[in-house]
Amino acid sequence: MMHTDTAPPGTAPVFHQEEDHHPENGTLLGFWIYLMSDCLIFAVLFATYGVLGRSYAAGPSPSDLFELPLVALNTAMLLFSSITYGFAMLEMDKGNQPMTQRWLAITGLFGAAFIAIELYEFAHLIHEGAGPTRSAFLSSFFALVGTHGLHVTFGLVWLATLMVQVHQRGLIPENRRRLMCLSMFWHFLDVIWIGVFTFVYLMGVLQ
Amino acid sequence: MAHSLHAPPRPRSLTGRLARGLALVPLAAMLAGCNLVVMQPSGDVAVQQRNLILASTGLMLLIIVPVIALTLVFAWRYRESNKEAVYDPDWHHSTQLEVVIWTAPLIIIIALGALTWISTHVLDPFRPLQRIEAGRPVPEGVKPLTVQVVALDWKWLFFYPEYGVATVNEMAAPVDRPIEFKITASSVMNAFYVPALAGMIYAMPGMETKLHAVINKPGDYNGLSSHYSGSGFSRMTFRFLGLQGGEFDQWVAKTKAEGKDLSREAYLDLEKPSEQVPVTYYKSVADGLYGLIVNMCAVPGKMCMNEMMRIDAAGGAGPESHENREKLQYDNRHVREGHEPPGATTPASHRPPRGQVQPEGMKPDGKNPAVRGSDPQPDRGDGPAAPQDPVAPAQRSN
Amino acid sequence: MFSDSLQKFLFGRFTLESIPFHEPILQVTFAGVALGGITVLAAITYFRFWGPLWRDWMTSVDHKKIGIMYVVLALVMLLRGFADALLMRSQQAVAFGANEGFLPPHHYDQIFTAHGVIMIFFMAMPFVTGLMNYVVPLQIGARDVAFPFLNNFSFWMTASGAVIVMISLFVGEFARTGWLAYPPLSGADMSPGVGVDYYIWALQIAGIGTLLSGVNLIVTIVKMRAPGMSMMKLPIFVWTSLCTNVLIVAAFPVLTAVLALLSLDRYVGTHFFTNDLGGNPMMYFNLIWIWGHPEVYILILPAFGIFSEVTSTFCGKRLFGYASMVYATVVITILSYLVWLHHFFTMGSGADVNSFFGITTMIISIPTGAKIFNWLFTMYRGRIRFDVPMLWTVGFMVTFVIGGMTGVLLAVPPADFVLHNSLFLIAHFHNVIIGGVLFGMLAGVNYWFPKAFGFRLDPFWGKMSFWFWLVGFYVAFMPLYVLGLMGVTRRAQHFDDPSLQIWFVVAACGAGLILLGILSFIVQLFVSIRNREALRDETGDPWHGRTLEWSTSSPPPDYNFAFTPVIHDLDAWSDMKKRGYSRPVSGFRSIHMPRNTGTGVILGGLSVVFGFAMIWYIWWLAALSFVAMLAVTILHTFNYDRDYHIPADTVVRSEDRRTALLAGQV
Repeated sequence: MMHTDTAPPGTAPVFHQEEDHHPENGTLLGFWIYLMSDCLIFAVLFATYGVLGRSYAAGPSPSDLFELPLVALNTAMLLFSSITYGFAMLEMDKGNQPMTQRWLAITGLFGAAFIAIELYEFAHLIHEGAGPTRSAFLSSFFALVGTHGLHVTFGLVWLATLMVQVHQRGLIPENRRRLMCLSMFWHFLDVIWIGVFTFVYLMGVLQ
Repeated sequence: MAHSLHAPPRPRSLTGRLARGLALVPLAAMLAGCNLVVMQPSGDVAVQQRNLILASTGLMLLIIVPVIALTLVFAWRYRESNKEAVYDPDWHHSTQLEVVIWTAPLIIIIALGALTWISTHVLDPFRPLQRIEAGRPVPEGVKPLTVQVVALDWKWLFFYPEYGVATVNEMAAPVDRPIEFKITASSVMNAFYVPALAGMIYAMPGMETKLHAVINKPGDYNGLSSHYSGSGFSRMTFRFLGLQGGEFDQWVAKTKAEGKDLSREAYLDLEKPSEQVPVTYYKSVADGLYGLIVNMCAVPGKMCMNEMMRIDAAGGAGPESHENREKLQYDNRHVREGHEPPGATTPASHRPPRGQVQPEGMKPDGKNPAVRGSDPQPDRGDGPAAPQDPVAPAQRSN
Repeated sequence: MFSDSLQKFLFGRFTLESIPFHEPILQVTFAGVALGGITVLAAITYFRFWGPLWRDWMTSVDHKKIGIMYVVLALVMLLRGFADALLMRSQQAVAFGANEGFLPPHHYDQIFTAHGVIMIFFMAMPFVTGLMNYVVPLQIGARDVAFPFLNNFSFWMTASGAVIVMISLFVGEFARTGWLAYPPLSGADMSPGVGVDYYIWALQIAGIGTLLSGVNLIVTIVKMRAPGMSMMKLPIFVWTSLCTNVLIVAAFPVLTAVLALLSLDRYVGTHFFTNDLGGNPMMYFNLIWIWGHPEVYILILPAFGIFSEVTSTFCGKRLFGYASMVYATVVITILSYLVWLHHFFTMGSGADVNSFFGITTMIISIPTGAKIFNWLFTMYRGRIRFDVPMLWTVGFMVTFVIGGMTGVLLAVPPADFVLHNSLFLIAHFHNVIIGGVLFGMLAGVNYWFPKAFGFRLDPFWGKMSFWFWLVGFYVAFMPLYVLGLMGVTRRAQHFDDPSLQIWFVVAACGAGLILLGILSFIVQLFVSIRNREALRDETGDPWHGRTLEWSTSSPPPDYNFAFTPVIHDLDAWSDMKKRGYSRPVSGFRSIHMPRNTGTGVILGGLSVVFGFAMIWYIWWLAALSFVAMLAVTILHTFNYDRDYHIPADTVVRSEDRRTALLAGQV
């Protein structure tokens, strides 16, 4: 090694290496940290709901408004989409591009169904006069659930983009990395939704 | 010690002893030069707070002074040009020193923490007074004077429920009688602060905070809002009069003699934003007005917050409760009527308007200052009247 | 009617009257800014600098250039924020009794809000981020940050936020609420104008940049350290940067969320922080300070890091108590989340809650105290060279402990009851932010300037700047301590008591001295650029530095290090020098580097348009710019060609040049 050319052998330790030093999985770590920060946004929204969730402003309460069967269906949609995303990742691991794409598409459909049901629910509430401006409880409900819905929507846009990219370039390392990131994002939203379902809907109706 | 000239007899509390022991003479001498009301207060609560400041400062100076001195000494001694000084480039660790530099601040903080815990509980503004001065407990049978304080846009309203009178921008209290302040606000947050009397506490709309204090020396003191509340904030000051017993009764008599009636309508007119409001007396007050203000329902037809909270605690009013929404929308700054003085140069402040009259992009829906001249009355809906004796929700943040 | 609604559709609530033609102060300012701007643009055109500016700076993903751009942004915003400070000091020095001063409340209230917002978000934050960006990769022996494009994007989002604040000066108005925009005052009812909306969008857009830059630097530090650099061999500045960025990632989302809720209140009519329909303004106080208190440490920790580096370098000694310094930093990081309530003891929490938060606050002073002692004992038995960075450090140590002491005093709840919101509080936080953060940043600029540009800053004007700042600080803020003890509150546009005036006049003189300090700094820059040949440093190591950034040339090549350094000990460069390291002069290879991209600038520009449209209710433009941002982002992901190799012979050429320079030194 060349650095020993100029120093007496044995005395100077190695002070540099010739190979590039490339970090492994930096993107996944970075994305994970981003998710944790996103998680904090949800934490604030949950906390807000915790503080304001009983401030009905002499108006409707969760048990007046929420239809658990519909929400259960919605929850099922999102949970299914997480499972199908898992299948897509398994296929990606095998290098099976067509199957990956197929499972991604199914995931997208489940996600879209989730969004559609949520929009229906929101429209229904607003139509009943229980919109976000009715009370602090409804403000915090719409903010929490709506933020989750926005995340899922962006996830869908991202999913569609990735499907085009996989179609164009195949399961190259960049695309695999991106699919991994989206996978984390998708499951993360699932976890958040379980919190929403439990704390907002179940505990709201069953209190 | 310049302070001992002004300070009342030293309290026998932990605080007082530390203050006596640790207050630095030069600091006290420097501060005595001007009217340092926080350092020379006239009420027992503020005196204890002053003592606490001195004690804590003294405790901290125990470590701050050596640090500053050492910084300067080391900087001078180990300067490059001083070849006499030892230079030891490899000295970078010493377990003993490390222990010292963590322990020394720790000990100070343990002392200060104990002081904090005790004093915070003793001087909790919600806690009724135990004494009126060091060594003078509250005499048997003396009930505190209750004063209900409302921070309006941009003046202070004081109710004396015991006497049925009210005042604006001036309040009085008898010397050596404990005062219990109940404090709220009409539209935005303010802080109620009489530096000579006691520390400040926020005045918040729809909420009630409390402050217990006592004034020990007669005098004419300044009171102010110490939490920014909009354009009239700088002039939101009031007089606090500490009066001897007889004088106080005369003062009450004067408010009754010179005062007007504070009806609900008069209050709603008073509530509108204005600045530099002259001292005003009211000889009578509409029933339960303070309770209505705390509950944000002084405007007829509005639902009171305690009523709303009662309904909410019972699980809400169900889906068919649309009419409640309108009843719970408060406009205590009267902005929707156009009463916001946008440039803070209203005729009320006797200052000529300078600059833009309307804030940019103000919503046009009825908030247009153009309607200001016509002065529409607030909507007097036919909704259910407010409860006769609303109990203020004792809300405290936690 | 039709034209009315058309105008409303096209321009939202923007009309020509929104431009404050009638304010003489603003006219003059605008004329100044316009003239200055035109001069700069003309100069760029004349020197044909547009091309290089675009290619080498605006689109650059090089952490060094981005770092420099952050610092430039910070310095520009320092001038703006300081101009606000001068206006406030002059107003308060004259507005007594019958004299209204020259600023009506409508204007004065905007100024103190803008001053706070600008100094924290657009001066201190970019300054800190800029120095971290520049220095951290160099100190850990990396060639760039983990996500170079993201870095560029983060910068442009921060700059866009600054642009939005600056627009508010000339179009419409800024918030009149104080720098944290407490509701209900900042709600739609009490603040119906565009001011609070400017505030919200400026912070939201800049906040995205800050958050992403935090993620970026964490990954950089965790993943890209040179081989051998274990966590306990990290330079202390990198440690403080790591903690700062952890704080950023863990605190800024709270700000984003709480401002989003405030904007929902304002735009949609929800009831999070309103008086009516169940809203709770106290929740805003809690949430904003859950972000706000860590923010204080976000700013001060890197300054602590800089002081540590400077002390150790200029004392010619290894830092005393490295391990305890690291633990102190980590403890401060954790504790900073447990103290937020001390900002509103006066809101009426119970005694138990108040004393809990008071005591946690005091506990922070223990690790902070330990740090001060560590610097002190680094000086002990050192050989201190009083170059400008070291002067700032000693000035800091003396000043900061005073600010720390008044801070602990404010942490005692009953004492806070009489001092809260008073000018004592103002004096306290300026004492720690100027005496801590700003002194640290200026020490850092003086310390790393030769690294960034290859020549030192002129020491004479540096010392002038230091002394003016130091003396000016004391003259400006000690009177405020006194005024606080006289029961004078903050944010007042006018006073009745004429006996206060003398103190305000003294404070205004102090502000004048600080102005001289700032001017000296500008002169220092000019003089240094003019005398750059005399001040040139060809060794790359002008201060006998101890950390890796001093092992490469000044300015460093694009790739920072021709070979990846291997680390054996703390103070790696010092260790290398001591153990007879000799610089490799041959065997260079091609180097893999990220490619520049304009996406960041474009997204930044679009976000300004989006923010402006949202502020003025120009919905079509908001929708359009939002879709455009989304489209640009997606298109960017279709570009897979993001890197290139610096050919080996280019590396050889630049390394040979350095070899020749170093040979000429001997």
